[in-house]
Formats: sequence, structure tokens, C-alpha cells
Amino acid sequence: MTYREAARAAMRKALREDPRVFLMGEDVGGYGGAFAVSLGLLQEFGPERIRDAPLSESAFVGAGIGAALAGMRPIVEIMTVNFSMLAMDQILNNAAALRHMSGGQFNVPLVVRVATGGGRQMAAQHSHSLEGWYAHIPGIKVLTPATAADAYGMLLAALRESDPVFIFEHATLYPLEGEVNEAAPLADITHASVTRQGKDVTLITYGGTLGKTMQAAGRLAEEGIEAEVIDLRSLRPLDSPTILASVARTHRAVVIDEGWRTGSFSAEVSAQIMENAFDDLDAPVARVCSAEVPMPYAKHLETAALPKVEEIVDAARGMISRHG
Amino acid sequence: MSATTLSQRPPVDREHALFLLREMLRIRRFEEKAAEMYSLQRIHGFLHLYIGEEATGVGAMQAFSPDDAIVATYREHGHALARGIPARVLMAEMFGKVTGCSHGHGGSMHFFDKSRRFYGGYAIVGGGLPIAVGLALAEKMQNGSRITACYFGDGAVAEGEFHESLNLAALWKLPVVFLCENNLYAMGTALARHQAQTDISRKAGSYGLASNAVDGMDVLAVEAAARQAAQSVRSGNGPFLLELRTYRFRAHSMADPDLYRTKAEIEEWRKRDPILLFQSRLREWGFLAEADLDHIEAEISAEIDDAVQFAEDSLPEPVEDLLKDVQGRIAS
Repeated sequence: MTYREAARAAMRKALREDPRVFLMGEDVGGYGGAFAVSLGLLQEFGPERIRDAPLSESAFVGAGIGAALAGMRPIVEIMTVNFSMLAMDQILNNAAALRHMSGGQFNVPLVVRVATGGGRQMAAQHSHSLEGWYAHIPGIKVLTPATAADAYGMLLAALRESDPVFIFEHATLYPLEGEVNEAAPLADITHASVTRQGKDVTLITYGGTLGKTMQAAGRLAEEGIEAEVIDLRSLRPLDSPTILASVARTHRAVVIDEGWRTGSFSAEVSAQIMENAFDDLDAPVARVCSAEVPMPYAKHLETAALPKVEEIVDAARGMISRHG
Repeated sequence: MSATTLSQRPPVDREHALFLLREMLRIRRFEEKAAEMYSLQRIHGFLHLYIGEEATGVGAMQAFSPDDAIVATYREHGHALARGIPARVLMAEMFGKVTGCSHGHGGSMHFFDKSRRFYGGYAIVGGGLPIAVGLALAEKMQNGSRITACYFGDGAVAEGEFHESLNLAALWKLPVVFLCENNLYAMGTALARHQAQTDISRKAGSYGLASNAVDGMDVLAVEAAARQAAQSVRSGNGPFLLELRTYRFRAHSMADPDLYRTKAEIEEWRKRDPILLFQSRLREWGFLAEADLDHIEAEISAEIDDAVQFAEDSLPEPVEDLLKDVQGRIAS
């Protein structure tokens, strides 16, 4: 099934099995979701549980927090990560802080699904990858499913958590086909996965850039360079041991992140490698990120702004030819 | 019977009247002690006193049962006391002790008490309103009959969250009583300097909410209006906005030099001190002898001395527990 269908199947399963679960957001009901993720759910579960909200991100995210405090298991959909800025007060000051600020009395079992990323010529207000900002915040978990299997499994696992979980769905992934085992046990949402094994260089990425990274690994293989690819899956908590173990074997790392380079999540990964695996490195950690520009509309400019397969290949090849 | 006699007939029984007086006095004396403890550097950070606004917190709280949910602001000492949270755990919270109602994590602005459904003090103005909407949404989806009371100030009316929340609550007919404690200043900015429409209760109309405005210095008027609002919400008529017109006698916080209003204005309002007003009415009705007042004051004084002693004697949370309450299940 597709990534989109996988996320929908997970929501359907949760809605069927747990009466506390409901979906709330802009156009999730009658419209079927801006990306058609919730298509058909209104017909099956009705408007009480598939709840179209006004364009009031702060109020409906806050309402999700309040409902979670009162024992519900809301899934809140935010149409794009750029819109999530309108709810940042509720996310940072309330959702993430409530457990600690209340001395552990309250917890917020809220799941927020957010479409993220560029590549669809949606320009500067619908295309950014801001999940790295969210990963900065203690008190929430940040998941970035890159496959249909994770789109399915992570959502169900997130609904079992006792604290807020943000799931960033890269919008270019929705039509992606993948194997989904609906009978699988609850997904692990704390570990990265090694998507491809290799001995020469570690390519570390997540979400929407996993595909480009795998393509780059394929090209490198044609040149005789065996790249290991790590799909981080979760940005907070970050599975540092998996990263460090890989770097200890390959001695080289390239971090691929669709966020802007300055202050990006890739900077955190790079810093952790430097702090914990400095002596393992044969070359400085390299990064492939988006250009520091609000996302342009024109296709050639957007392509130029986003991480490219060639850049990943060049970065990996460069550190091997220089130090190999 | 003359009109004068009618208006002088007590609308409440003596026991309840004395209870209201005692509750307001508890808040007044608690806040005075908090200010003192701040000066003595036992309390740090921000401290926003409720002095002058006691009638709104105490009067409105009478309309809510222990099952109902309460959402408050950063000026929430009065709400917390009126809700029944013991003074000692509030004082300990401000002293930063582990015995505080939020284990010392919140301080003056973030009181919480799950057992009393006190969902907290929120220090981002307007930030509690969406939470209240969500509590009410859950209640409705669970087919419950409890309602949510949400206190906020006139400053919050300028926030988008006020408008989003009123609309959402009205759209979904949620059981929330929005209680706007209008003390005429958003920190230091007068209402007329930040609102084109200064009649806050009228804002409800554009969202289809029922609303009312009441003299917030008259505890009985506040109680009556809040009971009416709560009854309307309990009857399934959707949310209600009640504006409580009040005034704070002290500065916005202990850090505020209070340069933006005149002494004359403050003195004018002090003539309408909700506690003194109510005391004189009680005397008129023959409900309050000097001995009664002395007795009440002595009990309150003992309660607050105990609170300070408890806070002083309590231990701070061990620093080893710094990260304990960030997340429930830390990934291994």
C-alpha cells in the first residue's frame, strides 16, 4: 500500500479499537484531508470523531492538549509544518511543558501529524522542513517515518505514548508504495534503522531524503564505494548509539537533512559524532542540506535549493578520495 | 414594605455570607504574606498579586462543583485558594520546595492540582483558553456532565487564542464558562489603549455566545451571575462569556513601578474594596460582629503562618530528579 494508505490504515485501526481516539484538523473530514490521508474516515466514523476544525491552529492544537489531559487520545493533523507556527505557543509552552511544570501530575498523550518538506513547487509558505526545530524541545517526541511501514507502525505506537508525539510526514512520500504488515507487533519508535549496510562511509538521514540517500548509495556502489545508510526514524529521542557504532566501522559520515544548514538537525548529529567518535573519524563530518533561502516556486530553483543526489555522492566520494 | 427595605433584605444566609468573606480574606492575607516573603527573598521570579480582585475569584468559584475543571492564569493564587488547594502547598510552591503543589517546578505562575481538577496557571496570556476548550470537548465526547471554568484577564482578549477559542467552543457547543477578569490593564496598557471595543462582554455576540457583565467588586453579584452562567452551560446551551469588572490594587507584579495609572485612580477604586464593601453590608444585615471578624482573622492568620512554616521547613527537590518529570517513559 502507499504511505498515504498506511497512515490512513493506522488511523482506522486506532479509531476502531480505541473509543478515546479521534482525528481533528483542517479539512480532515468532508474534504478527506489536504493530502487525502483521512479520505473516507468521516463516512466510517462520523463527524464527532473525524472533526473538521476551523482555521484556528492554536485553538485546535490546544483543544487537543486539553482533550488529552482529560483522557482522550486525540490525533491532530496540521496541514503543513509552516502552518504549525500558528500553534507554536500551545506546542512549546503547554504540550511540551505541562508534565514537568505540574510536577508530574499531568501528562499529554497527544499525537500530532504534520506534513512537511519541499519538492512540489509549493513555494515559501508550504515547503519547509522544520522538524529539526521541534527536535529541540524537551517534553515531546519527534518521529519522521520514511516508509509506508513506518507511517503505519509509528502512528499506532505513538498513540500508546503518555506524552506528545509529533509525526512529520514528508509530503512527497504520500504516493510511495511499500510493504506494510498490519499484523506486526507494535513498532519500535526509539531506534534508527540501518537501511543499507556498507563499510566505507555512513550516510545519515531521515524522512523525505531517505530516497535520495539510497539513490546516492546505489551510485556510490557503482564506483566501488560501499555506503551504509541510516534512517534516523526518530529525531527526539535520537538513537546516537546506532550512529556511533556505524561511524566506528566506516570512519566517515555524511548527514543529509532537508532543513536549512545553519542550526539544522544535521548540526546536532554532526556535533554528537564529533563529541563521541572524534577518534574514529578519518575525515570531517560532511553535511548536505537545503540552501539558505525561502523555498522558491520555479522548479529549477526549488531543485537547486533542495539536497540533491549528486551532492550526497560528491560529499561521500570527496572524503574517501581525500582520506582513503 | 418599602423599596429600601427590599433591597436591604439579605440575599444570602449568614453562614454562606461569612464563608465568602472568609475566603476573600484568606486570599487577601495570603497575598500580603506572599509580598512580604518576596521582600524577604523567600519567593523569587515573578509574583502577581490578586489583591483587589478577590470577589471575582471567590464569587465565581461558588458556581462550580469539585467535579468541574478549572483553568486559570498566572495571577492564580486566588483561584487556587478558592478551589480549596491548601495554602501551605501554594506557599511551598513559591518557596520552590518539593512539597509545593507543582513540586517547585512552576512557582507562583504555575499552580496545578490534579486531585482538584485545577488544570493550572498559564503564563502566556490567552494560552489557557484552548486547553479549556479541549477539556470541555473531551467531556462532551465522553457524554459527561461536568463543565469547565476558564479564568483569564482583559489582556487575553487581544490574543488570537481568545477569538479562536470562543468560536470553537460556540461552534461545537462545548460546556465552558469563560470568565474574563477585567481589571482594566493588560500589564500596564489600559483597556481603552488596546481595545477598540472596550465592552468585552459584547465580543461574545460575534461568536454566538451568551454573555453577561457584572460588577466584579460585589461578591454576591459575581456569584449570582456565575451561577446563572454555569446553569446555562450545564443546560446544554453551549459556552458562556462572563465579564467580571474589577481592579487590582497592587502593581502588575512585584517588578512593576506602576507608572501608568494615577494614585487618585487607585484610591478611587480602593473605596470599592470588595472585602470592605462586603463587610459593611454584612454589618448592615447584622451578620458580622467585631468578635466574628477577629475570630476569622485569627484563624486565617494561623493558617498562613502555618503555610509559611511548612514552606520554610520543606525540602527542595533533589537535584538528581531534575529530568524526572520531562517525559513519562524515557526511551532506553
